[in-house]
Amino acid sequence: MSAIRAVSGRALPLRGDDIDTDRIIPARFLVAVTFEGLGEHAFEDDRAALSGAHAFDRPEFRGASILLVNRNFGCGSSREHAPQALQRRGIRAIVGESFSEIFAGNALVLGLPCVTASYEVVEKLQSLAEAQPDIAFTLDLESETVTAGDLTASVALKGATRDALLAGTWDSTGALLARFDEVRAVAAKLPYVGGFQASTGR
Amino acid sequence: MGATLFRKIWDAHAVRTLPNGQTQLFVGLHLVHEVTSPQAFEMLRARGLGVAFPDRTVATVDHIVPTLSQARPFADAAADEMLARLSRSCAEHGIRLFDLGDERQGIVHVIGPELGLTQPGMTIACGDSHTSTHGAFGAVAFGIGTSQVRDVLASQCLALDPLKVRRIDLTGRLAPGVAAKDVILALLARLGVTGGNGFAYEYGGEAVDAMSMDERMTLCNMSIEGGARVGYVNPDETTFAYLSGRPFAPQGEAFERAVAWWKTLASDGDAVYDDRITLDASSLEPVVTWGINPGQSVPVSGHVPHETDADGPERASLSEALAYMGLDGGERIEGTRIDVAFIGSCTNGRLSDLREAAKIAKGRKVSPHVRALVVPGSVAVKTAAEHEGLDVIFRDAGFEWRNAGCSMCLAMNPDRLNGREVCASSSNRNFPGRQGSPTGRTLLMSPAMVAAAAVAGEVVDVRRLL
Ligand code: SF4
Repeated sequence: MSAIRAVSGRALPLRGDDIDTDRIIPARFLVAVTFEGLGEHAFEDDRAALSGAHAFDRPEFRGASILLVNRNFGCGSSREHAPQALQRRGIRAIVGESFSEIFAGNALVLGLPCVTASYEVVEKLQSLAEAQPDIAFTLDLESETVTAGDLTASVALKGATRDALLAGTWDSTGALLARFDEVRAVAAKLPYVGGFQASTGR
Repeated sequence: MGATLFRKIWDAHAVRTLPNGQTQLFVGLHLVHEVTSPQAFEMLRARGLGVAFPDRTVATVDHIVPTLSQARPFADAAADEMLARLSRSCAEHGIRLFDLGDERQGIVHVIGPELGLTQPGMTIACGDSHTSTHGAFGAVAFGIGTSQVRDVLASQCLALDPLKVRRIDLTGRLAPGVAAKDVILALLARLGVTGGNGFAYEYGGEAVDAMSMDERMTLCNMSIEGGARVGYVNPDETTFAYLSGRPFAPQGEAFERAVAWWKTLASDGDAVYDDRITLDASSLEPVVTWGINPGQSVPVSGHVPHETDADGPERASLSEALAYMGLDGGERIEGTRIDVAFIGSCTNGRLSDLREAAKIAKGRKVSPHVRALVVPGSVAVKTAAEHEGLDVIFRDAGFEWRNAGCSMCLAMNPDRLNGREVCASSSNRNFPGRQGSPTGRTLLMSPAMVAAAAVAGEVVDVRRLL
């Protein structure tokens, strides 16, 4: 894993609150044993309903890597398939008013930063991307800013998330296994782990 | 100064502070199902890792199983492969699996409690957002993603940030015909679908004290729909009585010791909460969702809102929901015609839910234009319901009586909506496309309300059918 300090690219504005993971990747595409190929099905039903007018289908946003969303993005099911699908479609960072916690956590373990900004800032960024789809955006995680053209706006992300991305340590498995003796010690003290036997109970 | 149950359990399970500032938390019970685990097992394989605590890990199959014929191989080869993968992975790692054909199989959030696997004081994780259900027992239960499933398999731990705790006091008693489902829908309408972000919800008060475990599970199940990843009820005599004698609960003297420990875990009387709200449960009536998120609901006597009832960004959400549902705004919710009725899911697929629905179905007939399904949450629920003759009541009324599974709660098995059908559903999500048709429409309500709608062919106040 290498550190992620900044993400640069064109932006893709996707308006709407409460865009849930069923919409990001409909459940029927979860009947599979790998995440491969999920990218092409991202927003499949929403895109079909808009027959070509969905932001993910519009030619001017093709190849964009920074997704601009509104409130409560990624709510609903805990499926990691949702950030997987977006990442496999070329999304490298998401800027939004707010995210569901499970979604943001799932995205982080993939090294896909979800940063938050105020309604006004998101609105400005979305309007800018719509008006000038070719303009380059840069999300700088270190200074917690987004810049595009003349516009510089502040965004926020949790300290722990920021540190993990900057240090390239967002994959948690290694850290969780580092001091396994301590895990065993905590387990041994929990009365239920020992089956509430007299010797282990309180 | 007292502590909350959340804090006590968190502290007992905290291993250490990780370099990134998060807490490494030991997971007491890891529940696994076929959909969110195959990639996790694959990641383990790729890294040459094993399962750290296979005896604290339990698997079952629920999301993709057909509820009509369950003969293998399934018509859907990919679905069959998922089941085969899970049983291979479980065999390889020594994980207990309640597979199809096992009398303990069922929706993961239904079988954990009914087998006594779910117990107070535990931390519980599962690759499914409705893991909050298990909080009904005074456990701290998290829904997690696939990479976290990998983490728990490999280390029996999660890297997490602590949550704040919001105490929700439900005063008074529920009126006849008003169910736990109505309480949580009313709470979601009040607190919003993002109101719980960063919080664990602690439910208490007279109405909760009086609830059965099944009802408490319904309440905790939908915490996640409000953004709260964790919901719980402090353990009490109702909890202990439910667990006594369950196959995986401690037995004999060990049970007595367990109860003694469990009693120490409940939030202290002087516990300090980050937020506190009160809802008068006695004032509630049955609730029905009209929109495309579970917070968009009205009491059954109410009217769908007008687009002009909100402004700013709220207005856009409101008009999107009205357009998707094909509503003008302002119409009475009662009288909304339905095409499908679904009783089941981890929210309302337990025995008491089926009993409440059967009371309404008994001696009545499903409206001729309605397709109605009853899908027990587990094999054990199905067997118990048949023992009581509930299957006969439902069949006589014109409901289909199916095998256990997630069924029409989501579109991962053959049970789906077609086209723009409107479904009265006892499940938990009314998102666009959730029930399998990209244009299908879902009205969430209690199981008794679904039965009433099935009979009437339209949304109706169940209290008139009691
Ligand atoms: S019943 Fe529905 S919500 Fe519950 S676990 Fe199954 S699919 Fe998920």
